[in-house]
Amino acid sequence: MMLRIRSAINEGEHMTVRTLMIDGQQISAQEGQSILDTAREAGIPIPTLCHLEGIGDVGACRLCLVEVGGGDPTRTRPLRPACMLMVAEGQEIYTNTPRLREYRRMIVEMLFAERNHVCAVCVANGHCELQDLAVAVGMDHVRYPYLALQCSVDITHDRFMIDHNRCVMCTRCVRVCDEIEGAHTWDVAGRGVDSRVIIDLNQSWGTSPTCTSCGKCMLACPTGAIVRQGATVAEMERDRSRLGWLVNAREKKQWNA
Amino acid sequence: MERLKFATVWLGGCSGCHMSFLDLDEWLFDLASLVDIVYTPIADVKEYPPQVDIALIEGAVANEDHLRMIKLVRQNTRLLVSFGDCAITGNVTALRNPLGNPTTILQQIYLQGITHTNGIPSEPGIVPALLERVVPLHAVVPIDVYLPGCPPSAARIKAALLQLLEGESNKPAGSEALRFG
Repeated sequence: MMLRIRSAINEGEHMTVRTLMIDGQQISAQEGQSILDTAREAGIPIPTLCHLEGIGDVGACRLCLVEVGGGDPTRTRPLRPACMLMVAEGQEIYTNTPRLREYRRMIVEMLFAERNHVCAVCVANGHCELQDLAVAVGMDHVRYPYLALQCSVDITHDRFMIDHNRCVMCTRCVRVCDEIEGAHTWDVAGRGVDSRVIIDLNQSWGTSPTCTSCGKCMLACPTGAIVRQGATVAEMERDRSRLGWLVNAREKKQWNA
Repeated sequence: MERLKFATVWLGGCSGCHMSFLDLDEWLFDLASLVDIVYTPIADVKEYPPQVDIALIEGAVANEDHLRMIKLVRQNTRLLVSFGDCAITGNVTALRNPLGNPTTILQQIYLQGITHTNGIPSEPGIVPALLERVVPLHAVVPIDVYLPGCPPSAARIKAALLQLLEGESNKPAGSEALRFG
């Protein structure tokens, strides 16, 4: 089924509606919409970590993987990140199979095993998306050996700091700095377990000539990695929706939304 | 019906989980009416007895005493509960792991950059040697139930114990009872 509707927001532009199945439920969505947004609008929860309202998606964390059906029924259904997969007519999407639940738990366990996440003594305890994810995927212990990587802490900025022990490489800081602030102070260096988010040319934060000290990276960070200086255990609360609000205000001129 | 034999064990942790256990307050009387408490650091029992039904183990495996003890406890116990974050993840006890091996760490603490030192303490047979790495219990022995929290609240301990006493050992996924920290 295809029909043309007129969008209230973009006057004069034609939007195409696509109809697809998510978990056996028939759902209509606008062309160009991601499976993640479509599912969430329909009240179907899909866990995410690197996704943040207001900035572009990169499919880094793999938590939003879904199974795409409709192909050869004798073969295993392919996996796609829901944030990067756009809706298409007649699509069959599965968001909550035993296989996906197992993979999601594995991903969260590997995140905990890779660096040094110690909830009990973390500034973000109680306000952490990684901690919440562990609950959501039912992680009661980590089945993999902890790597106990040596990671540095940078406290050279006047107001903020980064503890790489708690970084999950979601790259929200990189994207928010580039896309919203326009500074592109943050970037990524290294590969595998050696990869790190870096400041400018891999220098200490306090020496950055590009950082505007706006704090958007601190707002965007899902864990206790980028935080306000002086915050102690469990004190690091932040309102991540302010970033989405800012983008909405800029693009749609809705300042009171 | 024979009463269940219940134990609690304290390995490499701060005893906060046991403090939280004592926070069960008057429910401890109810518990004492349901089980025989055969071993716990709160009572004066020297040897871990055989044929224990349920044991709560607080703390990570950090030294040779812990290693010996957890193996003995596993041998003599039907249901082993990894009790609190240190037992399950290593937690604060395992913060030393990224800093290097025990020799390096002990040298940093007792020798380097201090003016007065009596050397690294060494009392063979009294002070147990540190293991290369602090590890969670399940890295050493099979564990039956995980009870996270730093510490797990008294309410969470009570809920878990009630479940175990009724013969259930599975918590539903997504349960807040699984929260670390």
